[in-house]
Amino acid sequence: MTPLSPPEISGASFALCLLLILLIPCASAGLTLINAGLGRFRNAAHSMTSALCVIAVAAAVYFFVGAAWQGYAGQPAYALHAAGRDWNWIGAQRFFLRGVESGGAASLAALFGLLGAGLAAIIPLGSGADRWRLGSSCASTALLAAVTYPTFAHWAWGGGWLAQIGFVDSGGASAIQAVGGFTALSITWILGPRRGKFSSEGMPTALPGHNAVLVLLGCFLAWLGWLGLNGAGAILFTGVESTRVVLVAVNTTLAASSAALVAAAITRARFGKTDASLTANGWVAGLVAVSAGCAVIRPAAAVIVGLIAGALVVYSVEWLELRLGVDDPGGSISVHAVAGVWGLIAVAPLAALMPGGAPGQWSAQLAAVATLLGFVLPLTYGLNWLLNRLSPQRVPVEGERQGLDLYELGAGAYPDFLTHNDDFWQR
Amino acid sequence: MRLLGFLLLVAGWMLVLAALGLLPFGPSQTSFVLVALAVEALGLAFVFRSHLISGRDRK
Repeated sequence: MTPLSPPEISGASFALCLLLILLIPCASAGLTLINAGLGRFRNAAHSMTSALCVIAVAAAVYFFVGAAWQGYAGQPAYALHAAGRDWNWIGAQRFFLRGVESGGAASLAALFGLLGAGLAAIIPLGSGADRWRLGSSCASTALLAAVTYPTFAHWAWGGGWLAQIGFVDSGGASAIQAVGGFTALSITWILGPRRGKFSSEGMPTALPGHNAVLVLLGCFLAWLGWLGLNGAGAILFTGVESTRVVLVAVNTTLAASSAALVAAAITRARFGKTDASLTANGWVAGLVAVSAGCAVIRPAAAVIVGLIAGALVVYSVEWLELRLGVDDPGGSISVHAVAGVWGLIAVAPLAALMPGGAPGQWSAQLAAVATLLGFVLPLTYGLNWLLNRLSPQRVPVEGERQGLDLYELGAGAYPDFLTHNDDFWQR
Repeated sequence: MRLLGFLLLVAGWMLVLAALGLLPFGPSQTSFVLVALAVEALGLAFVFRSHLISGRDRK
């Protein structure tokens, strides 16, 4: 495998890239609002506080070790020699983000990684909503930002072995979204479903989110954030010219739009009325899915990516809940893991704008999916399982009944609301 | 069943690495990777099944 050299970034591209990176916190804000809106009202403040805390923990841990292990193409890294090839497997940069002051593409990548770690950490909060301790979510985030995220990000973006075989993921469908989504799946398995979610016969009960306005406002913010995420990622990790950012923005918007429309149409056709939360999830699924190939596909292909992502998320949410007994209040697994994996696969047949064609593209994209399933999922499950053995991650029954706002924070998000417990049945 | 599922997930990934290391780019490599993904799908099914069963046991 050939070592990769970093892309050349001119002064104008640097400024544009920095501007786009500064939009990424909007994606975090959007996902936070979506998670809070899809949870119950008595956990709203807890949800927002958890998001803020996990972003802080992710930033701190990424600063300590994550950035050093993620690295960037052309920077020092460790490689294993096997089967006649060098497998670049982990970065060897200096700890504590030393060297970031020198500027250049590596500094931008470090800033992108810092914000990306926070974004990935927010995703599991949606699946663990209404029952995940604040301290446990912070501890889990520390493991994500120290181990899981930087390792995969190095392989995909830091000149690692996946990048060496031609893997393409411009905006983080794998390193951010799918890593976060598979962590969310691990968390739902470890925490178990919310009390009252499933009857003794295993039939799920509807526990609707408490604020659809927050959810839909979150979608608008996420759109803005994803424009930055995909645009900056395309410049930094796919090496496209700054003029290609227009195509990236068009593709991002088209995929989200088509995904939301198809999700709205499917829910209307099946249930008689359009489902707001699934439409919102469809919108974000479109953003997630197009992140992988936004810089190398044509707009018509982005529509196809979005249409399939929107349909996938509707059926996946239902399948996970009805057939597999997974309680994912925020739809994080469907939106980030399922749509992310679809986006990665879609690059292989749809990447018409890949420079010099794409020999072995199928192998590269499928290898990344296999790595997410065969490395990231067992790793993140194992780490969180160990954490759960050391200190239970789920709040006790009393905490769920009372609501996490009162139980863990001591005050509710809506003090003027009349508290009632009619959506809680103790089994 | 859960442990077996996770072992199959890891084994599938190892098969992918073997395919990338030993086979040249082309249909044979892609086919090998697809077979490895099928192994992973089986492992994922086992893990889902084990959590479904343990969830029912809890009830």
